[in-house]
Amino acid sequence: MSSTSANSGIDEKKYLAHHFQNMAQQNASGKLGMWLFLGQELLFFSGLFMAYFAARYFYPETFLDAHTYLDWKLGALNTVVLLTSSLTMALAVRGAQTNNNASLVMNLWLTIILAFVFLVVKYFEYTHKFDLGILPGSFYAGPEIVGQPNVFFGLYFVLTGMHGLHVVIGIGVLIWVALQAQKGVYNSVNHVFVENVGLYWHLVDLIWIFLFPLLYLVK
Amino acid sequence: MFLSQQRTNSAAADASGSEPSYLTAKRGLMSWLVTVDHKRIGLMYLVSVLFFFLVGGLFALAVRMELFSPAENYFSADTYNKLFTLHGAVMVFLVIIPSIPASLGNFFLPLMLGVKDVAFPKLNLLSFYIYVFGACFFLYTLVSGGLDTGWTFYTPYSSSSSETSVISSTFGAFVLGFSSILTGVNFIVTMHKMRAPGMTWTRMPLFLWSLYATSVIQVLATPVLAITLLLLIAERTLGIGIFDPAMGGDPVLYQHFFWFYSHPAVYIMILPGFGVISELITINSRKHIFGYKAVAISSVSIAVIGFLVWGHHMFVSGQSEFISVFFSFLTYAVGLPTAIKVFSWVATMYKGSITLTTPMWYALSFLFLFSIGGLTGLFLGALSVDVHLHDTYFVVAHFHYVMMGGTIIAFIGGIHHWWPKMTGKMYNSAMGNLGCFLTFVGFNVTFFSQFLMGSQGMPRRYYTYLEQYETLHVISTIGSQVLGLGLFVTLFCFIHSLMAGKKAGKNPWGGLSMEWETESPPIEHNFHGQPVCERGPYDYGK
Repeated sequence: MSSTSANSGIDEKKYLAHHFQNMAQQNASGKLGMWLFLGQELLFFSGLFMAYFAARYFYPETFLDAHTYLDWKLGALNTVVLLTSSLTMALAVRGAQTNNNASLVMNLWLTIILAFVFLVVKYFEYTHKFDLGILPGSFYAGPEIVGQPNVFFGLYFVLTGMHGLHVVIGIGVLIWVALQAQKGVYNSVNHVFVENVGLYWHLVDLIWIFLFPLLYLVK
Repeated sequence: MFLSQQRTNSAAADASGSEPSYLTAKRGLMSWLVTVDHKRIGLMYLVSVLFFFLVGGLFALAVRMELFSPAENYFSADTYNKLFTLHGAVMVFLVIIPSIPASLGNFFLPLMLGVKDVAFPKLNLLSFYIYVFGACFFLYTLVSGGLDTGWTFYTPYSSSSSETSVISSTFGAFVLGFSSILTGVNFIVTMHKMRAPGMTWTRMPLFLWSLYATSVIQVLATPVLAITLLLLIAERTLGIGIFDPAMGGDPVLYQHFFWFYSHPAVYIMILPGFGVISELITINSRKHIFGYKAVAISSVSIAVIGFLVWGHHMFVSGQSEFISVFFSFLTYAVGLPTAIKVFSWVATMYKGSITLTTPMWYALSFLFLFSIGGLTGLFLGALSVDVHLHDTYFVVAHFHYVMMGGTIIAFIGGIHHWWPKMTGKMYNSAMGNLGCFLTFVGFNVTFFSQFLMGSQGMPRRYYTYLEQYETLHVISTIGSQVLGLGLFVTLFCFIHSLMAGKKAGKNPWGGLSMEWETESPPIEHNFHGQPVCERGPYDYGK
């Protein structure tokens, strides 16, 4: 068994779990598992999107009117922030694959900072809504809007809240990966975990790219 | 790389046969609580599932006792509502969905594939603890006022009116869903990436094909239940106005959401049962299964079509009549792959050399009960007939014939089949047969009478009834007690085997799939070295 291969003398055995034959099998399993997990994430959010479309079909005028209370500029800013974080995440993965640990660590922390920026912007958006009395569902005490504004804003808070929860979970995992990376755990042999976190992060980004036009740019 | 580790010589296995089994390799409570061994996790699932089967079963017996006469016998109407709800919710979410995949599947999938463990052993342990965590919410529900919405949590009653613990139970079901998803991910990856050398897709035992189809549904349908239950919780706490018409929502939308998961979920429940039956019938008929590929593909096609039939639960909900026609048609389409399976099993037995072991008696019970359950599904899938039968005992009897007569009978048969492998002990087959016989008789007496009541118009979920139904209700209640007795005899048979059972050999039934090649009970890493698959699982007489 050739455990030290072309991978700059890195010992594969150190990373190989007991029940796998080799790193190729272990890595392929890890990636397939992540893709399946992303599949279930998509189905999870597709349920929310269905709820959105059903409500929009019931109350088109409400959606048209209510969405003007969302600040599309802040939404657009957050879109840019998340897209940039996807870039830094991809660079981090590249750093792991090419044994460039400095690039891996730096890009992971950049991704984490951008994720926090996203949450801060979201915080200002939420508090502004609360000040206007725009609260979810039956707590709605905001401006007079035709139809059922509680439905639009209820969905707004559930959709963005679920997405925000995914961002928070992502930050937690990213911090853990960054701390591991600082210890030099990841390299061209052992990088599937970084890749998988990257895939998750891109999905979180992708969900937002759909949420932004659906909620902020109804017209 | 494979060559250096290959070992097929059985003499070598005997030489190292003194290696401790997975049960004795490590000792102490902690070695169980933090184990990543799929066999121990499977066993922990099995014990948990059987515990909740007892809990759910006692609820069922209580429901039947109340229905012994039309008067208010033991429970008030409100308590009765809670009893049937908790019976349904516990049985569906805590028993039947995890039953075969999480216990027998976890234990035997790596053994049948000839590998050391599932792809993600730690994730496997995590999914067990998620199951326990979700179960705790159900236990909390039991002590904090119960639940009276029916296991389907229909809105707006669940979101606005019910004063019971809707949130803790829906959150429990939400958590349990993740356990199910992670098990599904683990199984799919293991089957794709980790099969032993020589183990091609068409050499996989049909039990694994059925687990594959099940896992696909678990991964793709369960997240939709998760979001449905979250939206229900949001509706109840915040009133977001998506399901409750008083707040601007649509209750039929809830039903679409719910059944988009819960119809595929009945295939999560029954497909592993099909897989078990394929194993039991071939091994006890000593004959190659009739139409291996057809049976394998039919599992997958049931999984696919199963995603497109959810509307047949909603024929009288006010959904579009046009779409109901399609749902009805597709419902009938599921009958095709299902019939392929049943005919294949019967054809496998034809001119086979049948041994009537206890597992085979369960397989034969399954064929009888599932056929009745499946065929009565056709009545309910017909648009006009369903208007008459909807929400009657006919529906109750139909799904008990499929879920209990199908899945649970296959589950218990599977436990009997693999018991010697799991524990290393044989059981008294006369006692096993007696348990099977009492269960079979009790089951039919309980539920066949409900078909008759249902067709006469007895509505489900009432704690009382008109006098005209009394005879059938009394018969049904007596049947339920025989059924309970049969299950306790079966439990006693297992306990007796643990305490006084004879030692089982490697291969008591003469099976050809890989789990029979290792020790009983298996060693910690399943096989001595890497086994190689050299034949199909049903190549009897070749």
